[in-house]
Amino acid sequence: MAVEPILKGRGLVKRYGKVVALDNCDFDLYPGEILAVIGDNGAGKSTLIKAISGAVVPDEGEIFLEGRKVQFTKPTEARAAGIETVYQTLAMSPALSIADNMFMGRELRKPGVLGSVFRQLDRPRMEKFAREKLTELGLMTIQNINQAVETLSGGQRQGVAVARAAAFGSKVIILDEPTAALGVKESRRVLELILDVKSRGIPIILISHNMPHVFEVADRIHVHRLGRRLCVIRPQNHTMSDAVAYMTGARVPDTEFETA
Amino acid sequence: MSGTDNFESVVKERRTEAVAEFHEDKTLIKRFQHALHTTPALVPMIVLIVSIILFGLLIGNRFFSAGSLTLILQQVQLVGIVAAAQTLVILTAGIDLSVGAITVLSSVIMGQFVFRYGLPVPLAILCGLGVGGILGSLNGWLVAVMKLPPFIVTLGTWQIILATNFLYSANETIRSQEIQAEAPLLQFFANTFKIGADENGRGGATFTYGVIFMILLVIVLAYALRQTAWGRHVYAVGDDPDAAQLSGVNVRGTLISVYALSGLICAFAGWALIGRIGSVSPTSGAELNIQSITAVVIGGISLFGGRGSIVGALFGALIVGVFSLGLRLLGADAQWTFFFIGVLIIVAVAVDQWIRKVAA
Ligand SMILES: Nc1ncnc2c1ncn2[C@@H]1O[C@H](COP(=O)(O)OP(=O)(O)OP(=O)(O)O)[C@@H](O)[C@H]1O
Ligand SMILES: [Mg+2]
Repeated sequence: MAVEPILKGRGLVKRYGKVVALDNCDFDLYPGEILAVIGDNGAGKSTLIKAISGAVVPDEGEIFLEGRKVQFTKPTEARAAGIETVYQTLAMSPALSIADNMFMGRELRKPGVLGSVFRQLDRPRMEKFAREKLTELGLMTIQNINQAVETLSGGQRQGVAVARAAAFGSKVIILDEPTAALGVKESRRVLELILDVKSRGIPIILISHNMPHVFEVADRIHVHRLGRRLCVIRPQNHTMSDAVAYMTGARVPDTEFETA
Repeated sequence: MSGTDNFESVVKERRTEAVAEFHEDKTLIKRFQHALHTTPALVPMIVLIVSIILFGLLIGNRFFSAGSLTLILQQVQLVGIVAAAQTLVILTAGIDLSVGAITVLSSVIMGQFVFRYGLPVPLAILCGLGVGGILGSLNGWLVAVMKLPPFIVTLGTWQIILATNFLYSANETIRSQEIQAEAPLLQFFANTFKIGADENGRGGATFTYGVIFMILLVIVLAYALRQTAWGRHVYAVGDDPDAAQLSGVNVRGTLISVYALSGLICAFAGWALIGRIGSVSPTSGAELNIQSITAVVIGGISLFGGRGSIVGALFGALIVGVFSLGLRLLGADAQWTFFFIGVLIIVAVAVDQWIRKVAA
């Protein structure tokens, strides 16, 4: 392929004690594409995206963003580089409000001395922004942007997390099972949002166990097995059963990469 | 896309429709529970007001006067200041058992640096404040970087600091008269101003600088916790540290800052302690640990972290003060105070559990 990957991982290794969660794993994400990552439970998908997003530091291996080597040691560093992630656990503070959660770690301060000296948060601006993003997503009609996240349903929480990533991601957006807790209608909205983000030219990494969704939106599918990339397939050349057979080890793919 | 029936397509078109609206339960109890959930200081405030009215009715003017009510403030000033420090730590789901020890050691350092080494008083005070901040940072470092449980860390530093306090001071007390004559600044927080006193300076409301400091401290911290990013991070860390870390909070820095600030506030309490008792005594302040935790719990701050407001802790301290004075004026055995405080603690924790159910 002539285009350079926007995000590239080489030889990533992550061990948890005796468990090898990432075993010399390679990874490529190309500009403007939706890359689905599929694999069994415990295959190491979440660990892979955590290594990319700075949530875990890989023991070995290198990561390149737009050709430049990066070493994120904190999620904030990846965020500052434009990589936004919805973690499987959602990473929200239940007792804090929706607006507080959306701006956690990147709060807006009031202009002037109130902000610079008294460090006062600009609540109205943050609330307005949060409300706009949630409305854009059409996921829910939140009555009160100041209600605590713990008073939302599981699906609504997921919606807020996705909205947060979509609102701030500028280079890459990573979604770890973003529709797992969502109803049919809400899943649909998230898929629409994913396509929406793609049309803005931002590439997406989508982890999902939902094969119909994966086959519907993905440009390429990274099949993860036993801590490494088994193969990358194109959905138009394969059936869902093929994909499941590869990822469970029932069948071995012919080639590691497919050309379109 | 072979094999899937198009069951999802029916929802594709309708975008504008309202989804998942909240049908709030409008019963009175539910509303009350919800109000408590958003304003956790409400319970201690109600308890405080009710107990003031109750003792006022039982005792009359002897209790319900500006003099008595401001006396309560003077009696709780130390607990109030230390409880503010304790609140910060407990909001992060930690606990600080070394607050009393840091308070005493700071006061001893302020006194000894003046009387043993002849340091200028302001410098000695700065040293005391510095030591408090450093000891707090040490707690923070052990908790945040070494990842040791706060209870164990502060149980250890409590013993270490208290022993240091006795060893260093050689158990010596610096007497009040000496301090008054040579270093009155050490008793700064004992200064008072009166409102509505008669010509002889009797009666009316009496505020010590220590009381004013306690109130200002609570106001400043309440602002910082509600209106600044740091405050939101304190809550987030107490709520779920992993989630906070993933969503971009500097968990380690926040924890260290909280423990350091707690130590610094305790050092101020040490300065106020000199004002309160007049002398510098290495045996004073021993009960501040348990009293501050009591105030925090009665104040509706969850020991599990992430919930509660610092104003609640002030109310908690005041409730204890009101009960102590009220029962004493009633002529009751002092044990009744402990009895009722015990009941209040259990009620407060039960209410905390009930409020959390709003989330379920
Ligand atoms: N913090 C951790 N400590 C120890 N082991 C871990 C940790 N996180 C992950 N692992 C292990 O690493 C392996 C890969 O886990 P990972 O969460 O990446 O899987 P996954 O592919 O995302 O699975 P799922 O589909 O269930 O989300 C598992 O065996 C898991 O037990
Ligand atoms: Mg996972």
